[in-house]
Amino acid sequence: MSIIAKNLSKTFDGGKTYALKNVNLTIQQGELIAIIGLSGAGKSTFLRAINGTNPAGTGDLQVLGVNVPQLKTSQLVGLRKQIGFIFQQFNLVKNLTVLQNVLVGRIAYAPLWRSLTGIYSQEDKSIAKKALDSVGLEGRYYDKARNLSGGQQQRVAIARALVQEPKIILADEPMASLDPKLSEVVIEMLENINRERNITVIVNIHVLSLAKKYAKRMIAFRKGEVVFDGPPSELTDEKVEAIYHVDKKAMDEL
Amino acid sequence: MKRELKKIDLPPPKPFSLSTMVGYFVILVLIALSYWSGIAVEFSLSRLIEGLPYMADFLSRMWPPDLTVLDRVWKETLLTVQLAWVATVISLFLSLPVGFLAASNVFESKALRSAVIFFLNADRAIDALIVALFFVSAVGLGPFPGTLALAIHSVGMLGKLFADAIEAIDRGPVEALESAGAGKLATIRWAIWPQVAPHFISFFLFRFELNIRVAVVLGLVGAGGIGFLLTQYMRLFQYQKLATVVLVILVLVMVVDFFSARLRKAVL
Repeated sequence: MSIIAKNLSKTFDGGKTYALKNVNLTIQQGELIAIIGLSGAGKSTFLRAINGTNPAGTGDLQVLGVNVPQLKTSQLVGLRKQIGFIFQQFNLVKNLTVLQNVLVGRIAYAPLWRSLTGIYSQEDKSIAKKALDSVGLEGRYYDKARNLSGGQQQRVAIARALVQEPKIILADEPMASLDPKLSEVVIEMLENINRERNITVIVNIHVLSLAKKYAKRMIAFRKGEVVFDGPPSELTDEKVEAIYHVDKKAMDEL
Repeated sequence: MKRELKKIDLPPPKPFSLSTMVGYFVILVLIALSYWSGIAVEFSLSRLIEGLPYMADFLSRMWPPDLTVLDRVWKETLLTVQLAWVATVISLFLSLPVGFLAASNVFESKALRSAVIFFLNADRAIDALIVALFFVSAVGLGPFPGTLALAIHSVGMLGKLFADAIEAIDRGPVEALESAGAGKLATIRWAIWPQVAPHFISFFLFRFELNIRVAVVLGLVGAGGIGFLLTQYMRLFQYQKLATVVLVILVLVMVVDFFSARLRKAVL
């Protein structure tokens, strides 16, 4: 079992608003899941609860056999190195090289002196280069990250996640900063990774057509609650309308 | 179709509104304050005018500069630059941990951060000369207490600039490092350091520039170097030698400013 959430809740505004409300989910190792919903529906909060960067409030969240809310900071490090995270804004260190950015994914495996000096082992370096080759960036190892296009930067970020040799990859709107054609490249890559390496992939996504095309299971959040959980074929137009419906009051608040 | 413009009734302008009255009052108060303070410092235009011939006399005695002392002046200038350099290097090493502790986005301990920020504010408020007096009483006269004083005083500014630079970084890479299971030190090394290092170098050079000027003044009060030579020649009424010192200080400051500005442009 990859991830089990039981009665997971989180509030903000002093308990008035739910970021997550009573979430119950079971995710098997090797699933490819698309999470959909409006902005602020709880998608990002859920992903960040899984790797503990934004701790959940109450309830249980078992990830790879440990209960995340109960972990201490030192134990979180052990969990996080098994979980790759891909961001909307890529989050590369812009004035480092492509290779140095990918090697960030090996830091948790390297001894402290190596991770601080940046003198990585030959093995780590070859793992990083292989990952860059697999995302089509062979020959770009020593370019500065800032000199790459958005699509290339996101592929560096995918390579960074891959060298962690993760069991889970979480991707938070990984295509939102890219044009439609590049978006499809990115999700195809994630689908390949999922299929070939049996890595659980969970993608927050706002392009419904891509989600339906690639995901085998879709989960929809609305106001912190799971309102749909099933295969894309069961996601009817009425259900989509209910997920994305914006009521008059909320519109006025905008 | 012709539309008629609506006439807007503006209220008639008031001759004196409250805010203009307040404005005149503030100006009056400022004039009174300046006059009162001028009396306190015995400001006197007539004395200034009477002094003009003496100034001219002073300057004419300086001409031409006595370049035979150039060797000695050069040696003392070197000492001043060395003092400023050692002080700035020491302050760099002190400012690095201080800067990270003072930045709100690195460590969580609020109490420690408040203490460090208080130290930085206090350090900036106390001039290098006053810190120098403290170190003179501890280790005696000479360039060493001057170096220590300048080093400690510089931390106030460098530490604050470092902390501000750290607080202005892009948070994305930090999130990425943390998510990949990197510890605090590795996160600082790879997510924060690459973003702030060019700024740190620039701030270091800027502080070195300032410290050369402060080092000259510290020499006046006994820390040695070119400032000390300046007071010596002044006391001995050797104005032509004094002129050489003043010229060398001028050239030194200009040269350092020039190269420092270029280097800073290159790193940023």
